[in-house]
Amino acid sequence: MVPTWHYLALAAALFTVGVIGVLTRRNIIIIFMSLELILNAVNINLIAFARHWGSVDGHIFAIFIITVAAAEAAVGLGILIAFFRNRDTVNADEIDLLKW
Amino acid sequence: MNQNYLSSYVPILIYFLLAMGVAGAIMLLSWLIGPRKPTPTKLSPYECGMLPTGDAREPFSVKFYLVAILFILFDVEAMFLIVWAVVLRQLGMYGFIIMSIFLFLLMVGFVYEWKKGVLDWAPRQSRRG
Amino acid sequence: MSVPVTDLLRILPELVLAVFGTLIVLVEPFLRRTQKSLTGYIALIGALLALLSTLAPAMYPGPAFNGLVLVDGFSIFFHFLLLMITTLTIVASFRYLEREGLPQGEFYALLLFATIGMGLMASGNELVLVFLGLETVSIATYVLVGFRRTEVRSNEAAMKYFLLGSFATAFMLYGIALLFGATGTTFLPDIARQLAEGGGMRTLALMGMGLLFVGLGFKLALVPFQAWVPDVYEGAPTPVTAFLSAGPKAAVLAAFLRIFFTALEPLSGSWVWVIWATAILTMCIGNLGALMQDNIKRMLAYSSIAHAGYILIAFAAHSELGIAAVLFYLVAYALMKLGAFSIVSHVSAGEAHQSIDDYAGLHARHPLLAACLTVFLLSLIGIPLTGGFFGKLYIFTAGIDANLMGLVIVGVVNSALSAAYYLRVVKVMYMSEPQGNLAVVPVPASLVFVLTLTVLGTIGLGVFPSPILQFAQQSVLPLP
Repeated sequence: MVPTWHYLALAAALFTVGVIGVLTRRNIIIIFMSLELILNAVNINLIAFARHWGSVDGHIFAIFIITVAAAEAAVGLGILIAFFRNRDTVNADEIDLLKW
Repeated sequence: MNQNYLSSYVPILIYFLLAMGVAGAIMLLSWLIGPRKPTPTKLSPYECGMLPTGDAREPFSVKFYLVAILFILFDVEAMFLIVWAVVLRQLGMYGFIIMSIFLFLLMVGFVYEWKKGVLDWAPRQSRRG
Repeated sequence: MSVPVTDLLRILPELVLAVFGTLIVLVEPFLRRTQKSLTGYIALIGALLALLSTLAPAMYPGPAFNGLVLVDGFSIFFHFLLLMITTLTIVASFRYLEREGLPQGEFYALLLFATIGMGLMASGNELVLVFLGLETVSIATYVLVGFRRTEVRSNEAAMKYFLLGSFATAFMLYGIALLFGATGTTFLPDIARQLAEGGGMRTLALMGMGLLFVGLGFKLALVPFQAWVPDVYEGAPTPVTAFLSAGPKAAVLAAFLRIFFTALEPLSGSWVWVIWATAILTMCIGNLGALMQDNIKRMLAYSSIAHAGYILIAFAAHSELGIAAVLFYLVAYALMKLGAFSIVSHVSAGEAHQSIDDYAGLHARHPLLAACLTVFLLSLIGIPLTGGFFGKLYIFTAGIDANLMGLVIVGVVNSALSAAYYLRVVKVMYMSEPQGNLAVVPVPASLVFVLTLTVLGTIGLGVFPSPILQFAQQSVLPLP
């Protein structure tokens, strides 16, 4: 039996990698990927806790998160395509028309 | 108990090493004893038997992204279908009706994108037979 | 297994909205270009029917779907408020979409779908459902913000909103996962029971609560998570800005209140001071930011940050009086924000004229529009005889009642400070010479309708606040 805290440590590591990725990367596609990493960390957490408590609630939640993440990714990519068509870039630093 | 648990993975480890060993041995052997007569055709990348037309690392048409996005959406719904199918008998009529509503909503989305022409691969004028 | 009819009755508004939203998506591709405005009327009928059908859950309150949904006075109040916001937004968008040549069917369908999400957030009694509601709102509004596809500013606003919004969602999810881990359940009353009995892992629960607060704080635009607001409000189509500032804000607040006052009530010792500190920061940063703006949409964006700060005073009061004050304030706030942004959307014609200077001499061109905008701005300051006055009064009363004198003083000082930038617009409208380049566009009937309702509502709340106040007092969440 792998103890629950191993999974939690893995999830926390994934979460940290994801957060650092979102904060430091400049390519919007890579930021999207980092966001997915965070969501997958959440899923690992949920499944680990579901086993810990012996309930299926966590599994159901994980399935919903995967679906919602797909919908979110689709909308995000759609927005990115619209942005790319107008600005010809996927660099987050160039989202700079609106400020103050 | 922990020891036993880990030791149950040993066959997988052996299998893994074996597979790597066999693959490595075959590649090494063909490199050692195979004859080498390079020609430009042989050195060019293999592209389904056709002549390579250029670098693959160039921007794709945005059409590909649209199709990919639509694929993500319809693809993930299969996950609900699998979970539902496993317990279909216990759920009975109720589950069937709920899933029908779900699939109807998906179908509405599909009709929408079809009628909007997202699935038309090329503009009608430039389509060639 | 079957669904009792009462369960369905309790989510009837959502069902009506879902049917009409789907109908629009189904009908829209088959309409000819000149018939697209039909979808607007379908949406309007849907929203009005949903408003009417809120009577069904109001008559049969109680839990539904094994406790996933809890219909109580609180959720009924929010349903009326949210559906009113959606209805007004639909009417206010009629002319805007035609003028800008934007796709209409998708706009209205997304509005209805966002409203479903908001309704679920208001009545959700379980974290998964609240999350799904929040995401339904978020995804729909990401698209709505970027609705002017060919406009770079709209693209940018949508991109920023999406990136920060989904980042916030991810935080919130991690928080929910930790809460689930700490208590073994996602039902709000069960979480409360576990935490109250000292069961579950307390440290884990506190961490989960912190992450949940960050996620919800992002969506509610509390300082220090407010950076996206001015950009998104500026870049979005103005009717969408109006909707964003009123609808999702109220819905997120509903979920916020329900989660913190039900599930996390046993931990209240550890979150009340966080709310207290956030309230001060949010009021001050919001008002200081607004003082420096020349763009009216950004100014109103900062003002809505500041208003979230005032609402937090009542939140920090942590009493039934405080919740009633929040509810009343949200009604007044929604009316004045919707009205103000509707006028902005008409005057700025194609989003080109957003500067405060463009309102120079509005009095001479459109005396009535200028008068209406003045009413809304005075209400935003909190001048007597407007809804904003009683809203602030109740909030400060709740604060004093809970011995939060420091917070109330900061709130009063900030209200006085905010008068500076609101009155600047009034001064420009009445005192400055009109700049010749703006044509006098006749006000369309749909806008007249929206403005009549919002002005009457704003003044009505300022003169006869008691009916809505009583409704709010009957709709509070029961506190232990």
